[in-house]
Amino acid sequence: MEQLMERMDTGVTPVLDIEDVSIQFGDFKAIKDVSTSIGKNEIRFFIGPNGAGKTTILDAICGKNKVSDGKIVFHGDSGDRDVTRMKEYAISDLGIGRKFQAPSVFGGITIDENMELAVARKHSIYSTTFLKLSKEKREYMNHILEFIGLKDKRFQYPSSLSHGEKQWLEIGMLMAARPKLMLLDEPVAGMGRRETEKTAEMLKNIKKECSIIVVEHDMQFAKDVSDTVTVFHEGTVLDEGTMETVQQNQQVIDVYLGRG
Amino acid sequence: MKTMKKIKGTTILAAVIFLLLAALPFYMPMFRVSLFGKYMCFAIIALGLDMIWGYTGILSLGHGVYFGLGAYCMAMYLKLEAAGGNLPDFMSWSGLDRLPAAWVPFGNPVFAVAMAVAVPVLLAVIIGYLTFTNKIRGVYFSILSQAMAMIMGTLLIGSQAFTGGSNGLTDFKTIFGQDIHAPVTKIVMFYVTLLVLVLLFALCRFLTGRRVGKVLIAIRDGENRAGFAGYNTANYKVFVYALSAFMAGIAGALYVGQVGIISPAEVGVVPSVEMIIWVAIGGKGTLIGPVLGALAVNSLKTTASENFPELWSYFIGVLFVVVILWLPGGVISLKEIPGKIRAKLRLHREETSSAEEKIPDKTAVRSK
Repeated sequence: MEQLMERMDTGVTPVLDIEDVSIQFGDFKAIKDVSTSIGKNEIRFFIGPNGAGKTTILDAICGKNKVSDGKIVFHGDSGDRDVTRMKEYAISDLGIGRKFQAPSVFGGITIDENMELAVARKHSIYSTTFLKLSKEKREYMNHILEFIGLKDKRFQYPSSLSHGEKQWLEIGMLMAARPKLMLLDEPVAGMGRRETEKTAEMLKNIKKECSIIVVEHDMQFAKDVSDTVTVFHEGTVLDEGTMETVQQNQQVIDVYLGRG
Repeated sequence: MKTMKKIKGTTILAAVIFLLLAALPFYMPMFRVSLFGKYMCFAIIALGLDMIWGYTGILSLGHGVYFGLGAYCMAMYLKLEAAGGNLPDFMSWSGLDRLPAAWVPFGNPVFAVAMAVAVPVLLAVIIGYLTFTNKIRGVYFSILSQAMAMIMGTLLIGSQAFTGGSNGLTDFKTIFGQDIHAPVTKIVMFYVTLLVLVLLFALCRFLTGRRVGKVLIAIRDGENRAGFAGYNTANYKVFVYALSAFMAGIAGALYVGQVGIISPAEVGVVPSVEMIIWVAIGGKGTLIGPVLGALAVNSLKTTASENFPELWSYFIGVLFVVVILWLPGGVISLKEIPGKIRAKLRLHREETSSAEEKIPDKTAVRSK
């Protein structure tokens, strides 16, 4: 905790501030007054038992869930913006990329075309009809395809990819949009150890260019990759800090870590 | 490589189909030529439906509405021209003594043609905007569109004095001052329809080849994901819905002149569902498939109804069931069958050869 406070005091600029956010579904309060702040180039892990509200808050950040109270302020290129009332495509355009739990690449178009849709920054019908990708965008796309190891397969359809490769393609598609913040929901679920390690390497590289929030149950992966973790329990923040510090917290051990 | 080959195959098929159609008046009697003129109108609708259903994954069961609007706009003009300044016959039968205000401008052919396109597009934009921005999707949209077709049919029948009721609009005499029954006029209408079909086909090919086409497929495969990638999916859906309505409207306008009648029976629920069947049988998501589907199914329908007037609807039904069960890619996917058989054979060979490999006689294999 001290470490975190110290980091904040040294004036690292935050990318995202979640301020007293509550989310309600009917009578059920899924998230209660959660506040946290994600710094620049930070990899933050959201951990906690099932139903603690980790994915719910990711959904709120990217515009899939409505926030009933509080603010989520994103510090992007266009100044500080509260994203809680914005549409998902507008949030995406601000520079927040979201990856869902199940790999959800577009099966009807090739890997190359998947990347093309992701790398394009202009999304209007006019530009998708008449404009071609710039040379620079093409090069960046090639760079990413190489980075995720799918350059040789680019003209195939995603159905020919393994589960892990699909996840990487999706991460690559997020990168292509050059977001300032990436939201990843269980990126290594269903991956083998080797694939998980490769994913960890990727995230450490991506971190140089943007901040990442990861929801994950794989504790080894969290330990390897995270800068800081936030522990959720029943819709509230139980603890926050580095993996080492939260692992010492008796409450965290009781509700979550201890059970493993 | 693989996609290159695929595109080439469908392009050749499209060229063959269009050439056969263009040569049709030279080897078929006039009666058949007119029939194919009608089928080509259906092919235009099928093309539009392929854009919205095959590519974007939105199943509209109400495109009879847009077809009907286009057809009725054109028919109003034809009817006024046939009446030659008098009140159209059905209006006087229904007790009207003056031309309704809404009919008056349709005396102008340019206005009528413009409306045949504009009205369907406008309605599609309004309906599309209201449904898609409110995230009405999937089966809910299909039901809604079907209800629209039903409303359209009921409205047309109900307002007899304005629309001719269940008899529809018919007894046309001239089109743009030319005798509508003259062979020359019919041939011209046939070629105009073919030209429109080819141009719209080219337009759809252009769109599906550009990034906008990939966005449509992305919406079909994962609309939420496309939204989180920054695409305003509702806009794209309204666009493709309006595009398909535009095409159905044009088809309607071309249809009326050639067939000589438009009635509620051609725009309601049943024809709307039939349109979907053409697309499914032809092979959705291929553009040329639905064109082929519309032409083939309607030819078959005509042949079957001439020879077995009681049974033809069963033929179409059986064909539909067969395609859905065994040929989900439609007729167009027939070309993949040799490849599939080859792949099966190769698998079979590999299995037997891997069994042989266990025999430690490697020199024999190498020398081969």
